This record gives sequence, structure tokens and C-alpha cells, in this order.
Amino acid sequence: MLSLQPRGYISTFWSWGSPVLALILTAVISGGIFAFMGRPPILTVYTFLISPLFAPDGLASLAVKAAPLIMMGVGLSLAYRANIWNIGTEGQFTIGAITAGGVALALPDAPAWALFPGLMIAGLAGGAIYALIVAWLRTRFNANEILTSLMLTYIAQYLLVYLVTGPWRDPEGFGFPQTALFSDAAAGPRLAEGSNLHLGLVLAPVIAVAASLLLGKTVLGFQLRVLGQAPRAAKFAGFVENRLVWLSMAISGGLAGLAGMFEVTGTQGQLTTNISPGYGFTAIIVAFLGRLNPIGVIPAGLLLALTYLGGDAAQISLGLSNAITGIFQGILLFCLLGSDVLILHRFRWRPRQAAKPKGATA
Amino acid sequence: MTILINLIVSIMAASTPLLLAAIGELVVERVAVLNLGVEGMMLMGAIAGFATAHETGSLWLALIAAVAAGALLSVVFAVLTLTLQANQTATGLALTIFGRGFSALVGAGYVGIAAPTLPKIHIPVLSDIPVLGAVLFSYDPLVYLALATLVAVAWFLARTHRGLILRAIGDQHDAAHVLGYKVIRIRYLAVLFGGAMAGLAGAYMSLAYTPLWAQDMIAGRGWVALALVTFSAWRPFWLLIGAWLFGGIMYLSLYVQGLGVPVPSAFLSALPYLGTVVVLVLISRDRRRIRLHRPAMLGRAFQATG
Repeated sequence: MLSLQPRGYISTFWSWGSPVLALILTAVISGGIFAFMGRPPILTVYTFLISPLFAPDGLASLAVKAAPLIMMGVGLSLAYRANIWNIGTEGQFTIGAITAGGVALALPDAPAWALFPGLMIAGLAGGAIYALIVAWLRTRFNANEILTSLMLTYIAQYLLVYLVTGPWRDPEGFGFPQTALFSDAAAGPRLAEGSNLHLGLVLAPVIAVAASLLLGKTVLGFQLRVLGQAPRAAKFAGFVENRLVWLSMAISGGLAGLAGMFEVTGTQGQLTTNISPGYGFTAIIVAFLGRLNPIGVIPAGLLLALTYLGGDAAQISLGLSNAITGIFQGILLFCLLGSDVLILHRFRWRPRQAAKPKGATA
Repeated sequence: MTILINLIVSIMAASTPLLLAAIGELVVERVAVLNLGVEGMMLMGAIAGFATAHETGSLWLALIAAVAAGALLSVVFAVLTLTLQANQTATGLALTIFGRGFSALVGAGYVGIAAPTLPKIHIPVLSDIPVLGAVLFSYDPLVYLALATLVAVAWFLARTHRGLILRAIGDQHDAAHVLGYKVIRIRYLAVLFGGAMAGLAGAYMSLAYTPLWAQDMIAGRGWVALALVTFSAWRPFWLLIGAWLFGGIMYLSLYVQGLGVPVPSAFLSALPYLGTVVVLVLISRDRRRIRLHRPAMLGRAFQATG
């Protein structure tokens, strides 16, 4: 029978080969699901994964969707390396959007040079502070960060709903749940005139490189890695776990807030009740697909951004629900986690009899 | 008096899906597996139950479909984490992401239509007793099933030999393995039970509690069920108290909104989630108590050697 044997070492080949294998498996499995639903499998997978790239403005839309995913994925890869499970990035994204949006609404006449950096700070601070609630609950009260960060996500969403349908609602918006449009200054500099290519597109890869240096070249990065791989060793080495929890929550939350700020000021131009198509949860997949490596997060973010475009493309040209984005993302994460077994193990064919002691077979 | 009876009946209904899902997760965590995919499995159960009830008109088939859907997704979890040694936290999240997407896709055709709902059982004589009849004997079958399962699980864990083996695996899987117990096989069975119960909890939502299908209709109840297991410190009967507490908060946030008090409804809707955080904090702050009851191997991978 097929059995699993520990390799005894970490396979470098498979730690990067596994995402590729996972992508192939995902295409095959989702093709199978489409076939089961009575859809032409190859055409559907093609429409979903390839066609968006050739659409007009396809690459621009890809970059706009990838930027928030990369920013959040980078923050999460630092936190997850240290075994700190922030899964509330969706909420921190929302709070960053709210704080930045609040500043933009409060100062409609501020000049761009003052307003835009202010918005970035507001988004960053909003997300970071919201994440620090989770850090505080964990270090002070021992509360599980997975559950508290997720509960805070629901609370953030309701806060957004309250603001957008209540005090911040646009009085001239015909009662729609949305705020007034932000001023032009709030949109920040553009990479190309008249496009929605905002500054975040440049900042996201810069942040990834910076985080990579932080993780690989600094004492703090070393401490985060040790805490994740050998918590007892971290304790003996005198690393203060609580400090690392606070730092990694602040970084991952702050980057999520920044992503939220760019999303609402850079591409949407106002707050609505529906500012994120689940970017915060998708960023979790991005972090894992990027091997919890900030540089690896860049291609992973682009790929997951593609699943959003693919969902829209499948909806428009094939009449499928864009919920297949979620299915595809889920299958991709399943396949990735499954393929990762090859990093530490190999499959071996072992005849059943050989495992039995002598004389056991008649 | 009528208000009080209504309150009790409503809290029983609100607590049942939490209780069903939490009983399953409690057994899973007692064998030291942490399946964070409860929300996803509940969504699968909810849509499978609703779709089957609508298509066939049979509630029995609907419940079976819901149990099967939850269990099927839990098999994916078991294969990935128990056989292929994948990270349990990440796999549980993947379950939730997948369950959300899959239920939304399948459910797209079922929004806003009706399906048969679970009937309340009317027990002759007993249900007609004033007050007591309404408080004790006015529910649908899943409410009783949840309570019966709770008693059965509590008895199984505390009083049977197999329950002892299950707990031993949760507290020291290497020793259990050396004694000859099939650690992986028993964990598979526990995870399957957890999935089946989550599926049933989902079906309760779509066939009894709010008998309609809506996207993301579980609304975090799977995560509340997870919090409930921590709240109970892995002891079955505390689940019941926790489920009533959380169910009570959920019901009250709806009830107060219905009264038209001058508090924004978004704040009241956020109340159950805030309440969960507060309760979690209160219960977790006693580190010693948590460490005393927590299955020692919780979340750790096991691989048989030799």
C-alpha cells in the first residue's frame, strides 16, 4: 500500500513546487466540478483563469485587486511565522477604511499634500489599533486571538453599516447607504492620468521587500521566526513573547488598515456598506500560498486577484454566480495544504505483507 | 407570564444550533483536533438541508443530506490534517472559505423561496399542560435531539471505556498509540461526528430557526460554537449553560430591535459578537483553569512511527 515516509529534511524543491502542483490540482478539481454542473470544464477554467488577463485593462484591474491582497498578505506572513493567528484582517481593513474615510469626509477642502499622507496615517493607525485590541486581550487575558479577531470583524462591519446608514450618510445620496464622495485630493497621486492606478500599487511591493528584510536581516525577524518554530527556545533565549504578539498584531493590522484606506480612497471614492469582497480572508490564502514569505506573497497576491476577475468574467460571459471565486479559493487552499505534505514527506509503495512480523502470514 | 414563556421558548430555539455544533466540536477537541471549519460545515448543512427539503419535500431526507454535507466536508479536513499532516488552523479556515463559496453558488437558486419546515412535536396531554407544556414540550425534534445528544456525549466521555480511550488520545496520543489504540482512526471518527453535528446545526438554521435560505445565513454562529467549547472548558454540561447564555444574547439583540428602542440597530446586531468576546475574555483569564481542562495535545499533529 502507499505509505507516507518522513524525509528527515525540508525539501526546498517541494516548498516552491507545492504551490505549482496545488494550482494544477485546483484547475483539475474545479474543472471536474464545472463538468459535474454541466458546464464545459476547459472553457470555464479558461474563462476563469486566463481570459481576464487579455481583457482590456485586464492587467490594470489585476494590479488594483492585488495591491490590498499583497499588503495584507505580507502582514499576515509575519504574524503567522510567529504562530500568531490574526484572522481578523477583514475587520482591520474595514476600520482602516473607516478612519481614513472619516478624515477625508471631515476635511473636504484640505490640500492634497497634507491630506493624503494624513489619510495614510489614519488608515494605518486605525487598523493597527483595532488589531492591538486583539493583542491586548491575548496578552492580558489569555483570550484566543483567532476567535477574538474574528468576532471583531463582525463588529467592524456593523460599525461601518451604522456610520454609512446613519451619521455619515450622504444627505444628497437619495437615501442610499453611502457617504458623500471624497474630495479629489483624497484620491492621491495616480500612476497614469485618469486611471484608478493608485499609489498603493507601488507601495505594496515596496512593503513586501521591506518586510522580507525585516524577517531575514533583523533581530526582530529572527525572534518572530524562533517564536513560531520553537516557542520554548524563544522563552529560554529571553525573547518577550508578549512584545512580539503586540508587534506582529500591530504590523498585520496596520497593513490591513492601509489596504482599506487605499481601497476606499484610491478606487471607490466613498464609503458604502460593501467595501470589501472578502479581501481580508483571501489574504490568509495569499500568505500561505506565498509560503509565509513576504516576497512570495507578491505572485500569490496576483494569482488570488485573478480569481476575483475570473469570478466576474465567469458571471458575465458564462452566467455563473461569482461565488465560484470563493469555491476556487477554498479548493486552492485545500490543494496547497495537501501538497505541502511533500515538503517533509515522500510517498513510498510498500507491499502490505512486508510490514507484518515474520510468521504472521499463513 | 406569556412574555416569560416566549422568552424561554425563543432562547431554547436560538441556543439549539449553537449547542448542536458545539457538541460536535467538543468531541473533536477532546481527541485534541482543532477544526475551525464549523462555520463552513454549518453553511454546507444549511444549504444541503434546505435544497433537499425544497426538491423532495421530505424533511427526513433533508436532515440526512445536511448531516452528509457536514460530514463530507469534515472528511476533507480529516484527510488533510490527519493523513497528510496539514496545519489544522489553516485547513479549518479553508473549510470555512470553501463552505461559504459553495453554499453561495448552490444556494443562488434558492434565495427567497420556501421549503417545508420542521414541525413542532405535539405530545398529547404533556404539551397541553399550562405553562409547563409550552416551556418543556413545544419544540421541534432537533431541540430534543440536541439535548439527548448532549446527555449521550457526556455519558460516553465520562462513563464508558471508549470515552476513556478518546480522552486518553486527546491528552497523550503517543502513549495511547503505544498501548495499541488506533489514534488516527479514532480521530477520523471524532472529526466525522463533529462534521455531522455541524451539518445538523446548519439544517436547524435553514429548516427551523429562520426557515429560508440566505447567503451567509449562519452569520458567525459556527465561530460562536467554537468559543462555546472554550467557554465550557471542554465539559459537556457547561455547553448547555453557554448555549443558553449566547442564545439569550442573540435573541435579546433581535427582541430589543423589535421594540424600536432609540439605539441604532447595527449596534444591537453587533451585541452577540461583542458578548462573545467579553465572555471569552472572562473565561480565559484564569490560565490555570484552562490548562487544567484543555486536552493536552490540542492542535498537535500525530504521526505513527515504525
